[in-house]
Amino acid sequence: MPRPGPFDFPADHGAHPAFRIEWWYVTATLTAADGTEYGAQWTLFRSAFAPHEAEGWASPQVWLGHAALTSSTRHLAAEKLARGGIGQAGVAAVPFEAWIDDWRLADRMAARGEGFAYDLMLRATGPVVAQGDGGYSVKSAAGQASRYYSQPFYAASGEILLDGRRIPVTGTAWMDHEWSSQPLAADQAGWDWFSLSFDDGARLMGFRLRGAQDFVSATWITADGRPEPQPPGALRLTPGRTATVAGRAVPVEWRLELPAKGLDITTRALNDQAWNALSVPYWEGPIRAEGSHPGRGYLEMTGYGEGAR
Amino acid sequence: MTGLAVLLSHWARHKVQAALLLMGLALATALWTGVQAINAEARASYDFAAATMTQDRLPRLVAERITLADYVALRRAGWPVSPVIEGEAVIGGETLRLIGIEPLTLPPGERVEGNPADFLTGGTILSAAPLDDPRARRADLPPGIAVADIGVAAQILGPDISYLLLTQDRSPQDRPAPAGYALIRPATTDLSQLTESFHLNLAAFGYLAFGVGLFIVHSAIGLAFEQRRALFRTLRALGLSARALTGLLLAELLAFALVAGAAGVALGWLIAGALLPDVASTLRGLYGAEVGAELTLRPVWWLSGLGIAVLGMLGSAGQSLWRLWRLPPLAPAQPRAWARESAQAMRRQALAGALLLGLAAGLLALPGLWAGFGMLAGLLMGCALILPMLLASLTRIGQWLSRGAVAQWFWADTRQQLPGLSLALMALLLALAANIGVGTMVGSFRATFTAWIDQRLAADLYVEAADEADSARLLEWLGDRAVALPMIRTTDGGTGVVGMVDHPLFRRAWPLLRSLPDPWAHLDAGDVFVNEQLALRRHLSPGDRVEQGVIAGIYPDYGNPMPQVILSYDRHRALYPLPILRHALITDIPAAAIRAAFPRMVVQDRAAIREASVAVFERTFAVTAALNVLTLGVAALAIFASLLTLSALRLPQLAPVWAMGLRRSRLAWLEWLRTLALAALVWVLALPVGLALAWVLLAVVNVEAFGWRLPMRLFPGDWLRLGGLSLLAAGLAAALPVYRLARIAPAELLKVFARER
Repeated sequence: MPRPGPFDFPADHGAHPAFRIEWWYVTATLTAADGTEYGAQWTLFRSAFAPHEAEGWASPQVWLGHAALTSSTRHLAAEKLARGGIGQAGVAAVPFEAWIDDWRLADRMAARGEGFAYDLMLRATGPVVAQGDGGYSVKSAAGQASRYYSQPFYAASGEILLDGRRIPVTGTAWMDHEWSSQPLAADQAGWDWFSLSFDDGARLMGFRLRGAQDFVSATWITADGRPEPQPPGALRLTPGRTATVAGRAVPVEWRLELPAKGLDITTRALNDQAWNALSVPYWEGPIRAEGSHPGRGYLEMTGYGEGAR
Repeated sequence: MTGLAVLLSHWARHKVQAALLLMGLALATALWTGVQAINAEARASYDFAAATMTQDRLPRLVAERITLADYVALRRAGWPVSPVIEGEAVIGGETLRLIGIEPLTLPPGERVEGNPADFLTGGTILSAAPLDDPRARRADLPPGIAVADIGVAAQILGPDISYLLLTQDRSPQDRPAPAGYALIRPATTDLSQLTESFHLNLAAFGYLAFGVGLFIVHSAIGLAFEQRRALFRTLRALGLSARALTGLLLAELLAFALVAGAAGVALGWLIAGALLPDVASTLRGLYGAEVGAELTLRPVWWLSGLGIAVLGMLGSAGQSLWRLWRLPPLAPAQPRAWARESAQAMRRQALAGALLLGLAAGLLALPGLWAGFGMLAGLLMGCALILPMLLASLTRIGQWLSRGAVAQWFWADTRQQLPGLSLALMALLLALAANIGVGTMVGSFRATFTAWIDQRLAADLYVEAADEADSARLLEWLGDRAVALPMIRTTDGGTGVVGMVDHPLFRRAWPLLRSLPDPWAHLDAGDVFVNEQLALRRHLSPGDRVEQGVIAGIYPDYGNPMPQVILSYDRHRALYPLPILRHALITDIPAAAIRAAFPRMVVQDRAAIREASVAVFERTFAVTAALNVLTLGVAALAIFASLLTLSALRLPQLAPVWAMGLRRSRLAWLEWLRTLALAALVWVLALPVGLALAWVLLAVVNVEAFGWRLPMRLFPGDWLRLGGLSLLAAGLAAALPVYRLARIAPAELLKVFARER
């Protein structure tokens, strides 16, 4: 189990093989010169069969990469698998680099799949932000927790390739890095996860873990990068319109209320069908917020099985 | 129902007849089912291998050496490759082809089933048969194959990667292969195509055996019908309609067919089980196809076995049933001379035979394996149909040549018996001709093959190293005590590609069937040699082109059904960068010394390779030989059945001769002699038929099936042995009827005169 305490940077940017799972997660909301909106996702998951690393084929670590590109009409996703120990995938702390095959995340994020590719420069415009209690993010009433920090202040610029067209884009990106050995309680079936960048510069990270008792947590991040963790349940998340995605009913509109910050917004998906039909299928796509705090961000929804709520 | 009971009571009184009928049909069904079972098992193995062995279907990247770092570099450059470490390994005391795969980079849907964590990190080794190893788990895999994670294979076989599978068509730079790697395309023909001719061969033998078996059934049914004529007449006179009587007899025959069919399928199962290991090792040696040595019981055999038994029964009984249908209610109740000589019928038969022979000759003009087998069928059936006419003529000559009343009667009576015996004699002709034909084919092949392999195996030792470092150490160790000639070969798109060093040893060892002038200079200049198989399959001659270059020569390559191309060593090296692990050595260092110094080296001397190759060859035809013997046995049984039938019917013909003073023992002796004479005549006639058969097998079927043409050689010693064997079989078959005749009560013979004819 992870313990509370200060992060050890830059080492903590790298991998923590003693923990069962870990991910580096970048989502970018992008705009082309003609105003068309896009979203890009670059994710590297690490999963350990045993809590250590070993050289060569004997490594018990397995890496999983997901990349996706979304427009209002298209959503393309790709997946890569690699084993640890041989250098085919991994994360180096100094200088920071995460990779799997020819997909790469460093000061640039690049990936390609069937019918799409992107290559974006990332430039931090604010500080790294610890989530939860100084980077200790509680995930259930029973005390499940993870180590979790974010870099919500990336400026992104570069090029996307969609259906054979190269399109220059600019925007913002948000990186999460999280590791744990037991992120969810037994009864927790999935989650709804928001990362939002408001037009006034503030950021909001909020999630709901769905279980016998929903667990909702949020961090308000001021425009200058100060995290203000909110008490459990302070953020109210209300699903609105659902869309049928891959045979499932998935809420693609949400109402978010955080009275302490005077926040009352409605989010809508850029593309209702932002379904990552990969070995673990889930919904992941760009959203736009309207209401008290207009802005853009990303929404991830997991655990919506066929016929589940 | 009473009618059926009355009909069946006949069999209770004629147990031998019933047994013959059942045995004939059961044997025919057994041979047919056995061959079908073997073929089905082998085909199921191919389908299964094709469905499970992904790495055989994907293009490969090969290089002289592929390290783990090379693989990772390619992945990070975006190449969609998956590494495989493959080699022979001894696991739990069994030598297996161990395939180490990397499940995470195999194409989706091709990943290993079950718990991936267990496979990746548990060291699990999967195989079809249980292995005596704690890591082993059973899985649905082809026999002889073990699959494990690449990490396990690296521990057993060493860390170097054997080859990389290209898992997508797409490559990052739109190049077919990265620099330093060669792309090897997967074979376009699969195992089932390659082995089709082999199975067709087996199936043809199955049908031949089935046909011969039906002769027994035919004669047993014919006898039973003749003996029950009085019964039929009585039943008809009592008011049973022809339709009802035929229906009852049909029901009776179906019951027999089902019983015999079930016994036949069970027997076929045993035959297949006994022959399958031989077939499996043949397929492995010849085609590299792995077939399990265990049979799986498939319901479809039962159904098809019973079906063919019923069909065979109906086919054999058709003539008898037709006669019964048209039998007038008041027909003579005495057994008609069942098979009175009918010159007209014999002529018609001979004419049909001649037509079939003409058809067979016409098929010569058509290409393809089916035409070849059609020709075989036409030849055999045609000769069989002409046989009675020929035998009748021969007996006429015999009669003309003989002096004295008894001798004249002997020949005349022999001719009189011909129609009744002709079916059995046809069966004997078919069995003998098949024996001579196949024997000549196998013998010719063996003689050519052994001479050829003695020439081909010119070096003293053949060594194969596990890796290139070991190979280099060996060459250093040998120093100038040996001439080491590198041997490289690969398979590209299903065609073997060999790189040949320019050395007198190989030039001597590589006879060419046809070539351009000075072929070896052409080879050095960039042209190629192709094997006879490839040339025949694609109708190529020297001067034509294949993918790798212009053909300078065509060489024989017996025992190899695969197409093959030879390039010069340097061109091969340039086209396919591969590690050089195999060398031919000209040396007087004993194999044991090299083995002692290099334990991981595979060292074979010339004699061992020759022995192994000849063993593969022998096994290839072991099944054919076994089926041959079985067919001959069935033919002997057919003769026995016919003689038994005739002996009961012939009393009216023998009684007058006995009454004129010929003693029973003399009569019996003459009967026996007659059978032997007929068998001898059939043997003589079978010789040309068998040789024609051998010619078709060698010049048509083998060329189509395997792609090699062989000179025909004659083996008179085998013919004599076969002649002795057929006399023995006929003598034994005649023994019981003749013994009965010698011991017949004189009263029985007297009764003939008392009875109204």
